[in-house]
Amino acid sequence: MHIPDGFLSPSVALPLWGVSVGISGYVLRRVSQDLTEQETPMIGVVAAGIFAAQMLNFPIAGGTSGHLMGTALATLLFGPWMAILIMTCVLITQTLVFQDGGLIALGANVFNMGIIGALVAHAIDQTFRSLFGDRRWARPVAAFLCGWAAIVMGALATGMELALSGLVPANVVVPAMGGIHALIGVVEGLITMSAVTFLTTVRGDLKIERKIAGRTPAWIAGLAIVLILTLLAPLASADPDGLERVAEDLGFIQAARPSAFSLLPDYTIPGLPNESLATILAGILGAIIVLALILILGLGQRSRARQAEKASGAKT
Amino acid sequence: MRAMHFHFHDPYQPLDSPIHRLDPRVKLALTLGFILTVTLLPAGAWSSYALMGAAAWTWACFSGLGIRNVIRRSMPALLFVLAALPGIFTAPGPSWLMFRLGPCLVSVQAEGVIRILSVFLKSWLSVQIAVILIGTTAVPDLLVAMRSIGVPRFLVMTFGLMWRYLFLLTDEAIRMLRAREARSVASELPGRRGGGSLTWRARVTGQMVGALFLRTLERGERIYMAMVARGYDGEVRMLSIPRLSQQDLTVLVGGALFLIGALSLGWIL
Repeated sequence: MHIPDGFLSPSVALPLWGVSVGISGYVLRRVSQDLTEQETPMIGVVAAGIFAAQMLNFPIAGGTSGHLMGTALATLLFGPWMAILIMTCVLITQTLVFQDGGLIALGANVFNMGIIGALVAHAIDQTFRSLFGDRRWARPVAAFLCGWAAIVMGALATGMELALSGLVPANVVVPAMGGIHALIGVVEGLITMSAVTFLTTVRGDLKIERKIAGRTPAWIAGLAIVLILTLLAPLASADPDGLERVAEDLGFIQAARPSAFSLLPDYTIPGLPNESLATILAGILGAIIVLALILILGLGQRSRARQAEKASGAKT
Repeated sequence: MRAMHFHFHDPYQPLDSPIHRLDPRVKLALTLGFILTVTLLPAGAWSSYALMGAAAWTWACFSGLGIRNVIRRSMPALLFVLAALPGIFTAPGPSWLMFRLGPCLVSVQAEGVIRILSVFLKSWLSVQIAVILIGTTAVPDLLVAMRSIGVPRFLVMTFGLMWRYLFLLTDEAIRMLRAREARSVASELPGRRGGGSLTWRARVTGQMVGALFLRTLERGERIYMAMVARGYDGEVRMLSIPRLSQQDLTVLVGGALFLIGALSLGWIL
């Protein structure tokens, strides 16, 4: 989900830089007021810990392996503002040092993975636990949902940014990103759930259970993001021009680009006269193509790893 | 024993080259300017891409990293082009190539190919210049540069602390992975899968994350104590930023002029 440089058009990447800088500025002011002297050096160490935790992976299927992103976990442990700061540091490191994501795209990446992830996870955790807080299963289920939603919402935003950049039509990229990350999100959710359960069992004194704060700005912003993205995603998928129209009205992009989906020109599939059905089908097809390519690449990598293993086994 | 799956080390290469000796602020500014220029170039401005590529490779040669090394290290970042691939079929305009795939007629669009190729080249150029920046600049120098271009002090400090403990904690993570591997047996028998269900594996990983997190917290507490013992009072003091030398300024101005030239060339042609 780390967008490299070159993929976002300047009219998408630069405003998102502005948004991310603005929000991180607010977060920095807020966090440095709330922090005790002891917690200040802690943030850096915890960011390094989250980066390291992203290395802990486990095999899933077909040569792919899953690992944690950590936004939801950081949010559950430290609250949304600290989590945004921690994830910003993690993303700066990944971008600057390991070329995972681009520098001009850094604003978008911080927005998608840090800001959206943390606010969404916070809002879902708060809402879910204020509804079912006294039940035993509420905490793990809330943790799972946080992890899942943080990934999926970030992916939907990424898809829309790519669509707004005029690279791929929204009806292909939004369902593709959403679909693939709905699966990846399950991994994130499971790891987050088990990590939170482990921490509450082992160290009850850590006060991991965050208080339900009520109608805070973070909660409202998080819920708003969830609402906007879940409403906009199917709209953009069914009507690819809709997203561009909205963008034009808001002044994001000037030139209207007709984005007729010509993989199925004139809707040649027999028995499929319906236009919107055909575009949705085309979106699913796009998702399948991308998924297949990823699986093929994963399989190739695994067979290479096996060969290397055999070769080194033969040597010893 | 078999080596680990991944190698994790500082990508900085301590060599002695004109680029290494250049002030980190100039390097960071020029790198950001380079990537911004590449981003602002229109699709299909091949001559400008070639110019930028030549500049990046000259930079790579001067830095002592070598073109091959830079290209090799820029490869992993290019996988993302997959996400843009459907654009080949969906761009407007005349069709370049048509073929029948089952029931549907697939058309490869000329404009789509140009657009995807441009995005690929832009992305590749940006990654290469970033590889050179981090290969020639140590992170502590980069911190000074970040502070001088206006990144908030608190963020720079946190990033610096994170960098200092990054390798320690990733080593911890790698040891945990190795320990898990040592305790896991894979069956050689065909058709027998080891490793339990997906949920079980995720649960084990989650517990590892939890354990790593506890060790992180405890280390953070010890670090704070050590800082207090050395006189930490909640304020981190940083070295003052020196002035740019005449030579660094010349490189900065020359680089900026080149970038402006490449950008205008791309839009005029």
